[in-house]
Amino acid sequence: MKYMLLIYGAENSWTEDERKACMIESMGICDELEKQGKWIASSPLYSVTTATSVRVRDGMKQITDGPFAETVEQLGGYYIIDVDNLDEAIAIAARLPPAKKGTVEIRPLFPLP
Amino acid sequence: MGSADLESLYRNESRKVFATLVRLLGDFDLAEEATHEAFASAMQQWPEQGVPANPISWLISAGRFKAIDTMRRRARFKVLEPELTRRFAEIESTNQAVSEHEIEDDRLRLIFTCCHPAIDPKVQVPLTLREVCGLTTEEIASAFLMSPATMAQRIVRGKAKIRDARIPYAIPSLSDLPTRLDPVLSVIYLVFNEGYSASSGDSLTRVDLSDEAIRLARLLVELLPDPEAMGLLALMLLHESRRVARSSDVGDIVLLEEQDRSLWNKDFITEGRRLVEHSLRSRRFGFYTIQAAISAVHAEAKLASETDWTQIVALYDVLLRADSSPIVELNRAVAIAMRDDIASGLEIIDTILSRGDLQEYYLAHSARGEFLRRLGRRDQARLAFERAMSLAKQEPEKRFLRRRLSELDG
Repeated sequence: MKYMLLIYGAENSWTEDERKACMIESMGICDELEKQGKWIASSPLYSVTTATSVRVRDGMKQITDGPFAETVEQLGGYYIIDVDNLDEAIAIAARLPPAKKGTVEIRPLFPLP
Repeated sequence: MGSADLESLYRNESRKVFATLVRLLGDFDLAEEATHEAFASAMQQWPEQGVPANPISWLISAGRFKAIDTMRRRARFKVLEPELTRRFAEIESTNQAVSEHEIEDDRLRLIFTCCHPAIDPKVQVPLTLREVCGLTTEEIASAFLMSPATMAQRIVRGKAKIRDARIPYAIPSLSDLPTRLDPVLSVIYLVFNEGYSASSGDSLTRVDLSDEAIRLARLLVELLPDPEAMGLLALMLLHESRRVARSSDVGDIVLLEEQDRSLWNKDFITEGRRLVEHSLRSRRFGFYTIQAAISAVHAEAKLASETDWTQIVALYDVLLRADSSPIVELNRAVAIAMRDDIASGLEIIDTILSRGDLQEYYLAHSARGEFLRRLGRRDQARLAFERAMSLAKQEPEKRFLRRRLSELDG
């Protein structure tokens, strides 16, 4: 079963040192998952200030600056993992450093036929 | 075995059959259908061929084959995929006879799955009552005074979440148990409270839900003797022991201190006290056990005037450390009033209310009114009871407050 882990958090809640430590720890977890055949993809994202939203309405392309929703916690990264069940996904999500400051949302991937 | 015996077997054991079939089939709806078909087969075959040595095993096995039939029938028009063929073989080969121990584990798996924290608490309650207790959607809806459509929708939502997010059908690991047991206990307590003091409507108690909650807690304690599970069962038994005494023949509220204590159910009290003592000895007790201990102190007093208020205040102090909520503070204030004097209790309630807590809680204003009345401050008492009156939802509560108000006028 594939799950996407969406990392949400307030962007200003990390100091530069914390951010570096978080990267190193996260990459360690990715290596471990990859060895177990559970890692598919993951990446941090640039700040939400770089976000661009696109909508097509009545055939017209609308391009705006910023994310889809203005919230306190922004999407800051993602993981795609392949594990047996939700409990295993929860256990991995709980180990990710951003879970301590923000929120990790777990979404099962809808399998295409 | 007559049809009455089979009916009682269905009532008592069908959820065991269902719980094991969910594990074997990996699908709630398929397992539900298979359970019904297995009992239908039993109704046909047992009167002629006699009751099998192990009826539960027989039913599980029959259900399993019925499910394979159903799956084959559904697949007939599709190309039989290798995945499906493998699944049939797997179901057929597993468990020739399911052990008693496995059946118990399956019931526990079912409880933990329905109360998984990834499921909305509003959904956990009806889902547990439906799947674990086997109540019908209509029964659950009428117990919670909601429309069957809403309840059905919640149950469907819960089953879809289990299936799509792949919530495992498993007993949590020991390290996860504390976080996983909490929602199970709160579902049970919620069901009990809904039955014990209905959230609205004109009947003070709804017996069925409280019975279901006690039955669920007994099952949990039997399968997983955790101190807090015992504490919760004890708490519910001790409350339940006063059911007859807590309302009059015409359905009016009778306060604890005015209850006829000879009406209290002594078996429930004995069992509740035994469980509290057991849980306290474990030293891993919490919120439910401490509340049960308080209830047990009340149960020990033959007369209201013999209540050991010193011990009750001490227990509330422990409870406040475990769970500092304004409602616990309010209850402690009442205990202080009884141990020391009314004015001290009133002072604590005024502090809670002036902080902005419990403003909308009718019992806070009702208790305040009672203290003011006993202190002879009639005008203030009337205002407090009137405020309580505007917040009370149930008829018996309103009648109680009306009575107090008319006594003030008299």
